[in-house]
Amino acid sequence: MDILQILSNTGSSLIAPATIGYALAALGLAMHFGFTGLLNMGMAAFMAIGAYGYAISILTFGFPWWGGMLVGVGGSLIFALILGIPTLRLRGDYLAIVTIAAAEVVRLLFLTTTFDKYTGSADGLSGYHASFRAFNPIPDGTYGFGPWVYNANGWWVRIFGIVILALAALILWTVMRSPWGRVIKGIREDEDAVRALGKNVFSYKLQSLMLGGVFGAMGGIIYALPASVNPGVYVTSLTFFVYTALLLGGAATIFGPIIGSVIFWGVQTLLSNLLPALVNIGVLPFMTTTQSQTVRFILVGVALMLLVIYRPQGILGNKKELTFVK
Amino acid sequence: MSNKDTPAAPVQRAKTTGLHKGDIAPGVAKVDPIIIADGVRRTFGGLTAVDVDHIEIPRNAITALIGPNGAGKTTLFNLLTGFDKPDEGKWTFNGHALAGMGAHKVARLGQVRTFQLTKALGLLTVLENMKLGAKDQIGENIFRGMIPKLWRKQEAEIEARAEVLLKKFKLDAKSSDFAASLSGGQRKLLEMARALMSEPALVMLDEPMAGVNPALTESLLDHILDLKEEGMTVLFVEHDMHMVRHIADWVIVMAEGKVVAEGPPDQVMKNQAVIDAYLGSHQDVDLGIVTGRIEGELNTAAITMAAEVEELDSKIAKRKEPRK
Ligand SMILES: Nc1ncnc2c1ncn2[C@@H]1O[C@H](COP(=O)(O)OP(=O)(O)O)[C@@H](O)[C@H]1O
Ligand SMILES: [Mg+2]
Repeated sequence: MDILQILSNTGSSLIAPATIGYALAALGLAMHFGFTGLLNMGMAAFMAIGAYGYAISILTFGFPWWGGMLVGVGGSLIFALILGIPTLRLRGDYLAIVTIAAAEVVRLLFLTTTFDKYTGSADGLSGYHASFRAFNPIPDGTYGFGPWVYNANGWWVRIFGIVILALAALILWTVMRSPWGRVIKGIREDEDAVRALGKNVFSYKLQSLMLGGVFGAMGGIIYALPASVNPGVYVTSLTFFVYTALLLGGAATIFGPIIGSVIFWGVQTLLSNLLPALVNIGVLPFMTTTQSQTVRFILVGVALMLLVIYRPQGILGNKKELTFVK
Repeated sequence: MSNKDTPAAPVQRAKTTGLHKGDIAPGVAKVDPIIIADGVRRTFGGLTAVDVDHIEIPRNAITALIGPNGAGKTTLFNLLTGFDKPDEGKWTFNGHALAGMGAHKVARLGQVRTFQLTKALGLLTVLENMKLGAKDQIGENIFRGMIPKLWRKQEAEIEARAEVLLKKFKLDAKSSDFAASLSGGQRKLLEMARALMSEPALVMLDEPMAGVNPALTESLLDHILDLKEEGMTVLFVEHDMHMVRHIADWVIVMAEGKVVAEGPPDQVMKNQAVIDAYLGSHQDVDLGIVTGRIEGELNTAAITMAAEVEELDSKIAKRKEPRK
């Protein structure tokens, strides 16, 4: 068992593009769920729209990388409107059902062979990196230390992702400490009370859905930035994983979603390396290496349940500020 | 009803009189109405919850809306404030036609309500609850909200106003606590104070006294009387006849969705329709004693009634909340 390699992989995962992508999506869910109380179960669709919007505009329409990002973000804004206008008048649990269904519709649209020319259907999309890499200010070469050794492109993606993440966190922090954020939190507590005070609750919920959706779309883009857009990623369980990361860190916090994503990916990577290694040296004789990969996801499910039951406020949250049982 | 157990009233303030035009009857016209409603009807399945032919609420006066449980008072509140849509009917507030208008727009026009089931925003602090009530906040726009410079000054003004009100409602010590930590009565007070932050023209209070501890009732009554002095109009639902008699200038009685009587408090209480519809056979019972707000000995009628009230309460508690 190569302990050093396992630790190195785990360390590397802490700043992986996937981790940053999750953190952005989790920030989006903090906006939706943690602060506004919108149980959006369709975050995967926002991420898919970001990633596909980015890749398709570059591959099919020859957009530069930033144009692709604008398309991805614009797509998520339109999706938020389409999703929000008919559903935001619904009470919480209905919203969850509708968003889950809408996310499936979006995924199947990207997966169907009808639009194969644009979406690559089941193969997904790749080979859209040239424009983004052409903008890389870092000279060629390999940099870093310990587990964090990457080439110029590797660093460019990570640095870009971290900057976007920092920006998103800053925006969320700024709006949530403003009077706008006060209205949003009021809506989470009781939307009728807020309505009775003359606030247009529907408009605020829509704004929240759009802002969080943009974070999700950027998360999808960062996730897809270094490699490819794979339709198998944007399934409902992606939304659940992002929720796990969010609840781990604290749903009604700014840094919680980020820390939660880092821990989520750290533990995931550790387990995906450690469990097969343990199987191989015979410590876990009752399972195969393939089964050990499934066990990993079972553990995620168990962790999510334990979190919701025993520590709903997450690592950073204030116990009083978010509980599921009111 | 006897007067001997009336709480030592602070200073009895003058009632506003001469509010109506012509003979007193259900739906009588008012000299200066703030709300005029016509043909407002709301049915739930086969049940007609509200069926009001005509009603006018006098401006700058305190009007009590009374009636037995299920009379349709809360439903009428919901309709007038845009929280519910009637099957038919139209009404105006300050000359604005309100039928079909969303609740937040109604509130912006200056018609603000509280809820029978208190809606304190539990995980906001008491002060945040108050600040939320203020109207026309620059920082409530998402883009301007991102630039604190634009709203800091207004925020400070709002905070100062909130602190004055909190002091008045004796909640200043709780200012930085989560509203969830308040007692039921304190939440009622907070909800009322929060509504006042919007500087409304009409305040509609749905059972403002329910659950408020007797020591606070008097000051709450005073606050309501103050509102009138400050030029506001108050419409409130209340079961406590002492409170109604003490502060209301005008009383409207509903039963089974209809306005069955109205008039100045002293006259309404003597009205046979009211006694039949509302007080039933308990007209000699002092409701203040039954609700425990006033000390006194319960006579047999009161004891039976208290038992009935308790039974009703437990039934209500067992039944699931129908709305939401
Ligand atoms: N959302 C609802 N669905 C069905 N029935 C309702 C609803 N709201 C109120 N009702 C019924 O309408 C009638 C009037 O209720 P309400 O206005 O709450 O009475 P009050 O406030 O005078 O006690 C009652 O019979 C009540 O059961
Ligand atoms: Mg009621």
